[in-house]
Amino acid sequence: MSEPARKEPSMEKQKDMIAGHFRRLAAAKESGKKVVYTFVPGNLTELLLAFDVLPVLPEINALQSGMRQLSGKYIAEAEKRGHSEDVCTYVKCDIGMLKSGNIGPTGEKLPEPDLLLLSYTGCFTFMKWFELLKQEYSCPVAMLHVPYQGDGTITREMRSYVVDQLRSEVIPKLEAVTGRRYDEAALQEKLALSARAEDDLVWVLQSAKHRPSPIDAYFGGVYYIGPMFSSFRGTGDGVEYYRMLRAEVQSRLDRGEGPVTPDGPMGKERYRLVVEGPPNWTSFREFWKMFHSEGAVVVASTYTKVGGVYDLGFRHDPARPLETLADYCLGCYTNLNLPTRVGLLERYVREYGADGFLIHSIKSCNSFSAGQLLILRELEKRTGLAGGFVESDLVDPRYFSPANVKNRLESYFQMIEQKRGAGAAEARA
Amino acid sequence: MSQPLSEIVDRADTLYNDIDLAQVRATKERTGHRAVGYMPIYVPREVVHAAAILPVGLMGAGDRIEVIRGDAYFQSYICQIPRSTIELALTGRLDCLDGCLFPSICDVIRNLSGMWQLLFPGKYTRYVDVPQNYERAVGGRYWEEELRHLARDMGELSGHAVRDDELRASIDVYNRNRRLLGELYRLRAEEPWRVPTWEAYLVVRAGNVLPVEEHSRMLEDYLAAARSADRPPRDQSRVVVVGSFCEQPPLGLLKTLERAGCFIVGDDLVLGARWIEGDVSLEGDPFRALSDAFLTRSVSTASRYEATAPKGQSLISTVRRTHAEGVVFCAPSFCDPALLEQPMLEQALDREGIPYTAFKYAENLGQFQVIREQAGTFADSIKLWSEP
Repeated sequence: MSEPARKEPSMEKQKDMIAGHFRRLAAAKESGKKVVYTFVPGNLTELLLAFDVLPVLPEINALQSGMRQLSGKYIAEAEKRGHSEDVCTYVKCDIGMLKSGNIGPTGEKLPEPDLLLLSYTGCFTFMKWFELLKQEYSCPVAMLHVPYQGDGTITREMRSYVVDQLRSEVIPKLEAVTGRRYDEAALQEKLALSARAEDDLVWVLQSAKHRPSPIDAYFGGVYYIGPMFSSFRGTGDGVEYYRMLRAEVQSRLDRGEGPVTPDGPMGKERYRLVVEGPPNWTSFREFWKMFHSEGAVVVASTYTKVGGVYDLGFRHDPARPLETLADYCLGCYTNLNLPTRVGLLERYVREYGADGFLIHSIKSCNSFSAGQLLILRELEKRTGLAGGFVESDLVDPRYFSPANVKNRLESYFQMIEQKRGAGAAEARA
Repeated sequence: MSQPLSEIVDRADTLYNDIDLAQVRATKERTGHRAVGYMPIYVPREVVHAAAILPVGLMGAGDRIEVIRGDAYFQSYICQIPRSTIELALTGRLDCLDGCLFPSICDVIRNLSGMWQLLFPGKYTRYVDVPQNYERAVGGRYWEEELRHLARDMGELSGHAVRDDELRASIDVYNRNRRLLGELYRLRAEEPWRVPTWEAYLVVRAGNVLPVEEHSRMLEDYLAAARSADRPPRDQSRVVVVGSFCEQPPLGLLKTLERAGCFIVGDDLVLGARWIEGDVSLEGDPFRALSDAFLTRSVSTASRYEATAPKGQSLISTVRRTHAEGVVFCAPSFCDPALLEQPMLEQALDREGIPYTAFKYAENLGQFQVIREQAGTFADSIKLWSEP
C-alpha cells in the first residue's frame, strides 16, 4: 500500500474547500439551494454564484472517480448499456456513476440538477454529454454555444453572439429556476473577486520560470493549483486560497526549493518540461512519480488552461460583466485553433527555459488529441528541441500501461541527456 | 432519347473513383473558375457558387488509396477520414483546390482545419462554425454575419464579389438540386428494387465534384432511367441506415447490405446535400433566407443541437414515412457524434418497438463477411418475427 500523500497547507485548504462544496451539494435539497450542472471550460461560475446556485462539474466528478479507482466499473456499466468503447471516458464514467446511484467523490449522493448549463466550449462531446443527461433528468437545459477561434481571433460578432445567448437563454433560465432576478451588481462583485484571485494564480504559474521551479505546473497544476479555480472563482475563499498559495510558493522560492510532490519534496531538478494534454487520473500518483523520481519538473502545461488562459493577460473585468464572461469562454485553451496552440506551446518552451516538451495523448479526448502529432512536428521545428509522446486515457484504467509509459519517459529523458552531452561536447570543441 | 441507366451509373462510378479530382481540374480549365473543397456535413454551397467558385465535396479516399503519410499525423484512435484527406492533400491530389472549408461536425474535423492552416499556409482555409442557437435574433444574426463573411472571402478569392441577385440565382439552382434529390429518395423508398442504394449513392455522390447544374441533369437522367428500367419487385427487409453522415462507408458495404437482404429506404449518406429540407426562399435578403432555412429546416443529425425535439423523433418519423421495418446503425469507428448519439436513438427505437442492429466500419474496410452475416440475420429476423 502506498504511503499517504504529503500535503502543503494550501493542499489541505483546497481539500477542505472542496469537501465543503460537496457537503453543501449533498444538503442542497434540504437547504433549498438550486443545483446547476455545467462544464469547466467556459464555466460561468460568477454568474451562477450571483444567482446563489451550486455548480456541479461532471468532468471533476469523473476525474475524482478516476483517482479513487471507481471509474473502471462506472465505464463498464455505461458500456453495458450500449455506450461505445470508442467514445469519451469522462462521459461514460459520469453515466456509469449516475446509473450506480450518483454517489459523489465524498461518498455522498449528488443532487439532481435543476438546470443543465451546456457551456459548449471547445469540446464537441459536451453537447452529446448533456443530451445524454437530458434523457435522465426532467430539468431544463440552457445551451451556450461558444464559437471556436478558427482564425485565431475573437471577433466582435463572436462576442456579441455569446452575450446575446447569455441575455436570451442563460440568464432567463437561471431566473426561472431560481426565482431570482439577474443582479448585475452581484455579478460585478464576483468578477472583481475573480480578477484578484487570477492575479495570484498567474503569479504562481509563472513562478515556474525560476530555477529550480517551486511548482510542478502540470501535476501540481491540476492537483491543487488549478482545479478549485473553477468552483471557487468569484469567492472570498478563492481569493484567500490563492493569496495563501502565493505566499507558500514565495517561501519555497526564497529557500530555493522545488515542488512538493505526494512523495515529499522533489529532489534535484534535472529536466524542465512543457506538457500538452490532460493527465491520466487513474494512476495519477504513479504517473507523476515517473517524472519527479527522474528529476523532471513540468514548468508549463496546457491542460491547466482549459479553465482559462490567464497568463496571456485575460482577467475578468467587472466593468463589462457579460462581455468579459464571453471573452473568458471564447479564450479557453480548447477553444484555440491549432496554430494558436502551437504558438502558445512554443512560447512556454522559450519563456520557461524548457529542456523539452511532452505530449500526453488521450485516447478519448479528440478535442486535445486530433492534431497533436502535427503539433509535435511543428514544435520540434520551431524550437529545435526533441519532443516526447506518450499515450493513455483520462479515466479508463485499461488504457494506462505503466511499463510502456515509464519506458518511453525514461528513453525521452535519456535523449535530453544525450543532447545535452552532445551540446557540451560541441561547445568544448 | 434518354440516357441508358448503365451509362449514368458508369459515369457516376468514374467520378466516385476520381480521387485525383480530374473532373474538377477539367471544370476549372473549361470555366476558368476557382474551386474550394468542403468537408462533411454542411456548408452553404450557394454562397461559394455565387462567387463563381466550384464547391467540391471532400469525403476522404475510401478504400481507393493506401494511406501512408496520413497515418503519421493521427493516433490509432482517430477515425479514418482525416487520415485519407491528409494523404490526398500531401500527395498533391487536392492541389487544384484554392481553398478548403471545414464545417463544425466534431473536434477532429475542427482540428483538421488548424492542421490545414499549418500544412498549407498559402491556401484559403476557414472553419465554418454553424450556430447551435436557433433564435433568429441570436443564432440567426450570428449565422447571417458568418454567411456574409464567407461571401466576402469567396469574392476576394475569385475576384467576383457576391451580389444579392446572384446569390438568389444560386439558391434557385440548389433548390432544384435538393428537389431532385428528394425525388430520388422518394422513389427509392416507394420502389426500392428500382433504385439500388449503391447506385443512388454513386449518383448523389457525383454532386461532390460536378457543377450543380450538371449534377441536377444527371439526377434527372437517372430518375427517368430508373423509373423505366425493367427491374422486378423483390421482397427484402426495408431498413434505414443511420450514422454515416461524415466518413462514408465503402461502396462494398452498401452492396453487402443489399445482398444480405436489406432494402435501404432511408439513410444519412452525403447528408450535406440534403441538409436543408425544402426550398430556401428566393424572396428578400438571400443571406437572411439561407440563415432562416438553416435555423428552421435543417435536417436532424447528431452534430446538431436540438433544444426541443425529443431524441429519435426524426429517425422514427423517417422509419414511418419510408415504411421501414428496422434500423441499421452503421457508424464509423471513433466517430464521436454518431456513437454518442446512438444510445439515445436506440432508447427511442426500443420505446417504439422498432428493431435495430449496429456495427462500425472504416471507409477503407475491405472485409464484409461478418457484416453480411449480421445484416442477413437482421433482415431474416425482421421477415420471420415481425408482426404482419
